[in-house]
Amino acid sequence: MKIRNGWRATLVIALLATTPALAQTPKKGGTFTYMIPADAPPSLDGHKENTFATLQATAPFYSTLIAVNPDNPSSTTDFVCDLCTEMPKPTDDGKTYTFKIRKDVKFHDGTPLSAADVALSWQYIVHPPKGVSSARESYMVMVDTVENPDPETVVFKLKFATSAFLPALADPYAYIYKKETLEKDPSWFEKNVMGSGPFKFSAYEIGQSIKGTRNPDYYHAGQPYLDGFVAIFAAKQSVRVDAIRADRAVTEFRGMPPSARDELVKELGDKVTVQTSDWNCVNLLTPNQKKKPFDDVKVRRALALAIDQWKGAPALSKIATVHTVGGLVFPGSPLAATKDELIKMSAFSTDMDKARAEAKKLLKEAGAENLKFELMNRNVDQPYKFIATWAIDEWSKIGVKATQKVLPTGPFYEALRSGSFEVAVEFNCQNLVNPLLDVAKVLPRSVYPENYGGYEDPKLIELYNTMLTETDATKQREKMRAFETYALDTQVDTIMTPWWERIIVARSYMKGWKISPSHYINLNLANIWLDK
Amino acid sequence: MTVAADHPITLRRRRWLDAALTFVRRQPLGTVGLVVVIVAALAGLSAEWIAPYNPTSNDFAVMTEPPSAAHWLGTDQFGRDLLSRIIYGARTALIIGFVSAFVGGFAGLVLGVGSAYFGGLIDLALQRVMDILMAFPLIIMALAVVAIFGTGVQNVIIAITVPLIPRCARVVRASALSIREVPYIDAARTCGFGHVRIILRHMVPNVVAPFLIMLTAFVGQAILAEASLSYLGLGVQEPVPAWGLMLQGGAEEYASTAPWIAIFPGLAIALTVFGFSLFGDALRDAIDPKLRER
Repeated sequence: MKIRNGWRATLVIALLATTPALAQTPKKGGTFTYMIPADAPPSLDGHKENTFATLQATAPFYSTLIAVNPDNPSSTTDFVCDLCTEMPKPTDDGKTYTFKIRKDVKFHDGTPLSAADVALSWQYIVHPPKGVSSARESYMVMVDTVENPDPETVVFKLKFATSAFLPALADPYAYIYKKETLEKDPSWFEKNVMGSGPFKFSAYEIGQSIKGTRNPDYYHAGQPYLDGFVAIFAAKQSVRVDAIRADRAVTEFRGMPPSARDELVKELGDKVTVQTSDWNCVNLLTPNQKKKPFDDVKVRRALALAIDQWKGAPALSKIATVHTVGGLVFPGSPLAATKDELIKMSAFSTDMDKARAEAKKLLKEAGAENLKFELMNRNVDQPYKFIATWAIDEWSKIGVKATQKVLPTGPFYEALRSGSFEVAVEFNCQNLVNPLLDVAKVLPRSVYPENYGGYEDPKLIELYNTMLTETDATKQREKMRAFETYALDTQVDTIMTPWWERIIVARSYMKGWKISPSHYINLNLANIWLDK
Repeated sequence: MTVAADHPITLRRRRWLDAALTFVRRQPLGTVGLVVVIVAALAGLSAEWIAPYNPTSNDFAVMTEPPSAAHWLGTDQFGRDLLSRIIYGARTALIIGFVSAFVGGFAGLVLGVGSAYFGGLIDLALQRVMDILMAFPLIIMALAVVAIFGTGVQNVIIAITVPLIPRCARVVRASALSIREVPYIDAARTCGFGHVRIILRHMVPNVVAPFLIMLTAFVGQAILAEASLSYLGLGVQEPVPAWGLMLQGGAEEYASTAPWIAIFPGLAIALTVFGFSLFGDALRDAIDPKLRER
């Protein structure tokens, strides 16, 4: 169902036009090798894990109920059936969705897949039984029940009508597991793989590679085109770049920094193609409002005023995986603020002399003229450390001295959760663009467990709830503006930085795959073929 | 005026001058090392006056510019002047290098001499602790300390200082053991002098030669360790100008497109460590009576 044509990804092709390639008839055969920029994932269970390492390793083995359209993955609103036969129209004032399930789907062990498998998988995701972990339970707050009245039907009944439901349903981690196995041992999928996707599991060497072979019984006609795939885990960027350079791997699906792109394009010319897109990820500079002087909105506003978003974004885009100035909502979404709407907020001023003079005045009024603090960051180069270096220099222009404290991921999250930081570089990176749920990141921790700002704000919660339950698109957009302005301008609960840019460099013989704003979607490899 | 020439201070100055000239004549490589060390130290001390640009100020108009008249060593990915960052980086390197070497060295000196002087159970216990600490390579021990205390200049100094202590203590103890048995130590004991006096007045001065040589080596090692930690992302953090950090920022991402970002800080590290090594070797040759007579 195409809800609305959204923003389209910028497609940059280095020396080779894609249009003729896309028009070509897919060739069958070949083994596709790609890199996963991570160490071994904690487990192979998509329902349990949040890391892209799990998804990029296991998505080719599984089916989902619906998915982002693989032929139009840059759209934020175009969803298609994977296991269902037709995208349903909601009934019961938008509170009931009835899906008919395909009859021709088999699990890799040869047993047929039915609506019961779909329903139970979703029940475990939405309302996990005691002892079962679901990483996406909080995203499905609108779902009341999931039922299968007959072997071909699955019915989702919602607590309230919301346009956030379908995007949430297209979650790429929402693998459909076999009912019998799930009931017997829900943890079985942590160490084992058995789905109904385009590829069958072949081998897994922890931290090294995972392999799959073509599923001859795959239900989407003609797909997959590949004989098989090998995914190699490589956390270090230089290893991945070298692998693509030496043609030991075709690509990686997370995203490379501009310097790596430039290096590969310079050396390989038309042997590689480059696709770029805005990325549904953004770093946030979050002051801890439980610590002085960050409990004072004047100080928080001063920090926001000091940062020149409009000059910083294009400059940083040359060296870091960031690109677009934006507010709380992903810039490609219909719900996102336009530039005119952004510059109405003090944090997005275009007159930096005036903004910084105002910032100094606010600091003086707050008694924090010689403010010094520690900016806590995660030990990740792209783009975290680049963002921090930029922000520290921007703050120095209003006399604020910030030093950077970098922590490994574990201690970083520990410090966030315990509130032992002054200002932190954190991030909001979601599986797929679903602005109504994505912006919940700024809600107080009592509502959204991964908020670390240390504040409670009933008004913000109220603004969010009225927006979430609004079904009229125009009114919803207005409410989103009110919510965003309150969070970013009135309270300055967090300071935005440029939204990330996803850059995918691939060997030019890789065809059929299109970039999307998320490194979590369009990864089952069914549409990829090799023009060799 | 012959009066001035006979003055004791002048005579002392002349002795120093003669010693320096002898050092220069006999140790040309050591002299080169000393010059490098002095240049680095002067750069670090006078960074505010000689650096052409603010080392932490981003300039997006000149990102990754190659060496030019405006920026002699080029600019990095943030448009920061590399020469200025290297000059300020000398300060970071030398502060960490000297503080780590001196604190680690003096702690090792006290423990080493004390261990040798007291002997017995104290010596046994201290040496086993040193054995444990020395079982870890310097960089591994430093990594462990950083993992416990976190990153930052102070913690990097602690991380480098801790592994240097046993290395110094072990060498100093070996020298002090032979001194402990000489008659003037027995004489000092017979006179009723306290332990502290005997250690500080009679033993420490006699192990100063190997200690000083070791200090110069330690400074070089500490600079290298700091650069290694920063390169691994565990040392000082951006935007502090530090050579290892600069190398880390440039080596991986800009090795082919803007190689100067990695080359110049790499050269600074190599030259300075080389300078300390040459100077340390020459100092050993100059101070060691056996080598001096050759």
